[in-house]
Amino acid sequence: MKYKSVFDIIGPVMIGPSSSHTAGAARIGRVARHLFGRKPDFARISFYGSFAKTYRGHGTDVAIVGGILDYDTFDTRIVDALTIAKQEGIAITMTEEDAITDHPNTARVIIGDSEAQIELVGISIGGGKIEITELNGFDLRLSGNHPALLIVHNDKYGAIAGVANILAKHEINIGHMEVSRKEKGKEALMVIEIDQNVDGVIIDELNSLPIVQQVVKIHD
Amino acid sequence: MFRNVAELIELAESKKCKISEIMIEQEMEVTGRTRDEVTSFMDRNLTVMEEAVLRGITEDVKSHSGLTGGDGKLLQDYIKRGKSLSGDLMMDAVSKAMATNEVNAAMGTICATPTAGSAGVVPGTLFALKEKLKPTREEMIQYLFTAGAFGFVVANNASISGAAGGCQAEVGSATGMAAAAIVELAGGTPSQAAEAMAIALKNMLGLVCDPVAGLVEVPCVKRNAMGASNAIVAADMALAGIVSRIPCDEVIDAMYKIGLSMPSALRETAQGGLAATPTGRELEAKIFGIPLNEK
Repeated sequence: MKYKSVFDIIGPVMIGPSSSHTAGAARIGRVARHLFGRKPDFARISFYGSFAKTYRGHGTDVAIVGGILDYDTFDTRIVDALTIAKQEGIAITMTEEDAITDHPNTARVIIGDSEAQIELVGISIGGGKIEITELNGFDLRLSGNHPALLIVHNDKYGAIAGVANILAKHEINIGHMEVSRKEKGKEALMVIEIDQNVDGVIIDELNSLPIVQQVVKIHD
Repeated sequence: MFRNVAELIELAESKKCKISEIMIEQEMEVTGRTRDEVTSFMDRNLTVMEEAVLRGITEDVKSHSGLTGGDGKLLQDYIKRGKSLSGDLMMDAVSKAMATNEVNAAMGTICATPTAGSAGVVPGTLFALKEKLKPTREEMIQYLFTAGAFGFVVANNASISGAAGGCQAEVGSATGMAAAAIVELAGGTPSQAAEAMAIALKNMLGLVCDPVAGLVEVPCVKRNAMGASNAIVAADMALAGIVSRIPCDEVIDAMYKIGLSMPSALRETAQGGLAATPTGRELEAKIFGIPLNEK
């Protein structure tokens, strides 16, 4: 079931005018920000389908940039997000794409600075609910509703067991988990939605596993 | 966990409790939150709705495009003249539904129910009924849980996205949710609530999403108005004992399938319907400088 909470239906509290095109867009932007972990220098945003056709009218542009500025759906600063981003020195580009995507409300977001960048694809499925369907070329499904760990690792036996052992030791329950890879034996991505936020000690421990290349946490 | 309306009604009837109670218990179970946390969170959402309604009927709200704003207030003045044909309760619900959507269109703060474009129906009916039925704060919170329970089924079995299923998925869903919640607030049974939802949603089937200039304004604000009135009529019919010949779950399924066969031009792309009328195009050109189709 895609919708699990009554507050997906009666909620979110948000700045208008559209839950999918404004609140959902803000959430996609905010997941990108959290994944990147700091204020980016640039953001390249591509809109597809209904997003591409109606983003100006729905405030999708200000909302997604608001999310990149780490604003929640109800943050009234969203209205001025484009101006604020400019003041903060974030270079924003937006493109309307013609390509047909699986979901009509799709956005591709690339944010980064001189050191690193991330690229994700988010879809806004209705009522403000979103899913992240692609991260740095990996297919995934991430609701953004729960704390999550994204672990880039070698596609080798023992990776899942190693990570699961550490989480078990710290009594962290796994709500949802997915593993994907681009190519057999190469880089792989583990996405773990968990019930509570994890602290730095656990992240360090996960990072110390030889098979693990990178750990990113997303807070609730 | 209930997956459809039939299971929801069966749960409420076997436990001899309200639908809102089933929703509250499920939320506690799914999220691990306490009853107090869950109801306080809904209380906060109720406050947001209340403030949006109040703002819309008292302030001069105007959207950036200038297309909408002020109609909720206009209706309040009309009610005061005491000459409304469809009755004060009906006009009050319509006014408060429009007020909410006008605040939404002006990028004000609202609570999506189930979406922002359809955010007027549930609070509009609730705050109109508040005057007549004098519910407690707790009962008003229950109203939102009941509406949420029906919306939960629609969202999981069909869609609440205009881009995916047209306006029937947004204002249609909101209307069904409100109709069911009205029944519970007025003292009807869980199965009467399901009948009200079915009757209301049946009359929203096929409704397309064709916003002028892609803005959540025309015809969204007035569709919320009609959704609110439809919800009250459907609730009255169900409370009178009228049943839907097509069960609620099958109506929801029909809505889903209609959405699937709807062309993209009529699913929130501003390419068809009212958006593509000469006046719709003219407004669009004026707002954005150039029509979207000539970009």
